[in-house]
Amino acid sequence: MRNSLLIRSPMISFRVDRRLPILLLVLAMLSFAAIVLNVQQGEYPISMIDIIKTLFGVDTGNADHAFVIYTLRLPRTLVAFMVGMALAISGTIFQGLTRNPLADPSIIGINAGAGMAAVGMIVLFPSAPIYLLPIAAFAGASFIALLIYSLAWNGGSSPTLLILLGIGLSAIASAFTSLMITFGSIYDVSQALVWLAGSVYGRTWEQFFSLLPWIALGIPAALSLSRQINVLNLGDDVAKGLGSRVEWQRGLLVLVAVALSGSAIASAGTIAFVGLIAPHAGRLLIGANHQNLLPVTALLGGLLVTLADLIGRILFAPTELPCGVVTAAIGAPFFLYLLIRNRFK
Amino acid sequence: MISIPSVSSKLASRSRWIVLALGTIALLICFIYSITLGARDIPLPIILKSFITFDQSFDHLVIQTVRLPRSLMAMAVGAALAVSGAVMQGLTRNPLAETGILGIEAGGSLAVVLTLFIFGSASLSTYAGAAFLGAAIAAISVYALGTLGRGGATPLNLTVAGAAMTALIASITTSILIVSQRTLDEIRFWLAGSLSGRDFDLFLQVLPFLLSGLLLAFWLGRQITTMSLGEDIAKSLGQQTVWIKVLAALSVVLLAGSSVAIAGPIGFIGLVVPHMVRFFIKTDYRWILPYSAILGAILLLVADIAARVLLKPQELPVGVMTAIVGAPVFVYLAKSKVKR
Repeated sequence: MRNSLLIRSPMISFRVDRRLPILLLVLAMLSFAAIVLNVQQGEYPISMIDIIKTLFGVDTGNADHAFVIYTLRLPRTLVAFMVGMALAISGTIFQGLTRNPLADPSIIGINAGAGMAAVGMIVLFPSAPIYLLPIAAFAGASFIALLIYSLAWNGGSSPTLLILLGIGLSAIASAFTSLMITFGSIYDVSQALVWLAGSVYGRTWEQFFSLLPWIALGIPAALSLSRQINVLNLGDDVAKGLGSRVEWQRGLLVLVAVALSGSAIASAGTIAFVGLIAPHAGRLLIGANHQNLLPVTALLGGLLVTLADLIGRILFAPTELPCGVVTAAIGAPFFLYLLIRNRFK
Repeated sequence: MISIPSVSSKLASRSRWIVLALGTIALLICFIYSITLGARDIPLPIILKSFITFDQSFDHLVIQTVRLPRSLMAMAVGAALAVSGAVMQGLTRNPLAETGILGIEAGGSLAVVLTLFIFGSASLSTYAGAAFLGAAIAAISVYALGTLGRGGATPLNLTVAGAAMTALIASITTSILIVSQRTLDEIRFWLAGSLSGRDFDLFLQVLPFLLSGLLLAFWLGRQITTMSLGEDIAKSLGQQTVWIKVLAALSVVLLAGSSVAIAGPIGFIGLVVPHMVRFFIKTDYRWILPYSAILGAILLLVADIAARVLLKPQELPVGVMTAIVGAPVFVYLAKSKVKR
């Protein structure tokens, strides 16, 4: 165990890789750089130094800087970063629980449920106030997750069934979504599609503060359960043999994962593939132990969405691509990579 | 049951022919009913007359240019989807296999959207070609992806790979539609899977491919039966499993590609129909495939009738109807048929 650090207290015990602190530091620095770059990007030019000064509260002698950065650009960037963290952790949990390398909230029905609720909101009640949209999305995500979990209960929850039922229910939800897309007015439908693709356009502190509690509770909860994911990852029988309360723990983990992905989708729409890419990338960097993996994937996810948002704004400027489209574009070659790596292993 | 094979199989074979004939009659009835339905009430005698002595009257025109093509397309697409589903289920021994769930239809429709986006409007054969190409690429990549997870191409792994591929393709399609509202407006009804106002010339162009896909599948019936017992058994019975797989995949791509080109992505017909057929015929794909063709044609005709009648005069996309009916069946099959 020379390669690991042991953190022990009466409450918790962590065994983490010695490389972890350094890796986390590097990722944190990269994330900070990405956030600064993202804040810099925009119509109104601000120099890099002024941005860093303003972020640390040093006066730059230009009152506009503080307004542009704090009111317009920073909340959006921070929402992107937090959404990425939440999606990455929830993807890691789902992959660990189901022992399936392709499980991701966007594949097993969570996104479809949220999407149906939100598109219904946009198309059927175009005059409804905009702040109801995240609530509808969150309700849709929780509802479909609850439905999947209860349907998959068969004298105990089965990870296989969780995935398959998720796919089945997601087909029903998408059918209703496409029904609404077919019959909505073309303007509403365009709006709905932007939301469906996932975008952090025009997010303010309001969204930031409504997302913050979920992140602040969800990520520590996930970290404290990370050892249980390791055990469940060995299979139900082994986990039971090791004295794990399988159903209870799996239920708790699903709850955390759904809360994280649901709140993320509610703030930024259905950004796909972050929960798929980040855990795989994290495993390449630090290995499959979830105690190391979860913090690394969280930062990777945040980095990914922040960069995706940046790229989406630069690529076809002044037209802005939703960042969900960019993550999907990154997801496609990543799929291929997974495929090829497996072929030649 | 197998004590006197010659006699019992003769009896079984006769009853199978009878059921096949009954099925064909049922299909014919649905077909005629589908032609009588519409905004305009046209009595049956006039319909029949329009086939025998066609005059240029309005009623006859409606029947010959609107309703007859639509019903024919519903039948062809239903048969194609059902047979492709049956072939895939037999070949991969996967009760959940289907062109919709495995993302093959999504691949075809992305290719069509791309064509429309890039070329504005292209010739009909370009759309059809795009649909075939997209379906083929999606089929290959889903199969390759599905062998990634633990245990190879299990029902679970294939299904998840298909869902992942569908999610990926859907987000690409969505982004194209965001960038180009013109494409969105032209294609959104088709994208939900619909038989309304589809081009009959396109249908006629695609029909040879669809029929050759069907014939190829029927011709492979015996081989698929042995494959459905397991690849090892098929090999030990002297089957060249690689060739069977290649040919079966070709027929699936022909069938799925042509049905997407005609009607857009229509899910769950290919899933539900073979399972319904298996209530009557358990394992013999020489019979399962033609039965699936007839039942698939009936089912899609009925779904299309329901899509037209349910919210009259508003018409629903038939793909939405099949998903709403089929997805619960998927859930049931996932719970009962997949080994955990």
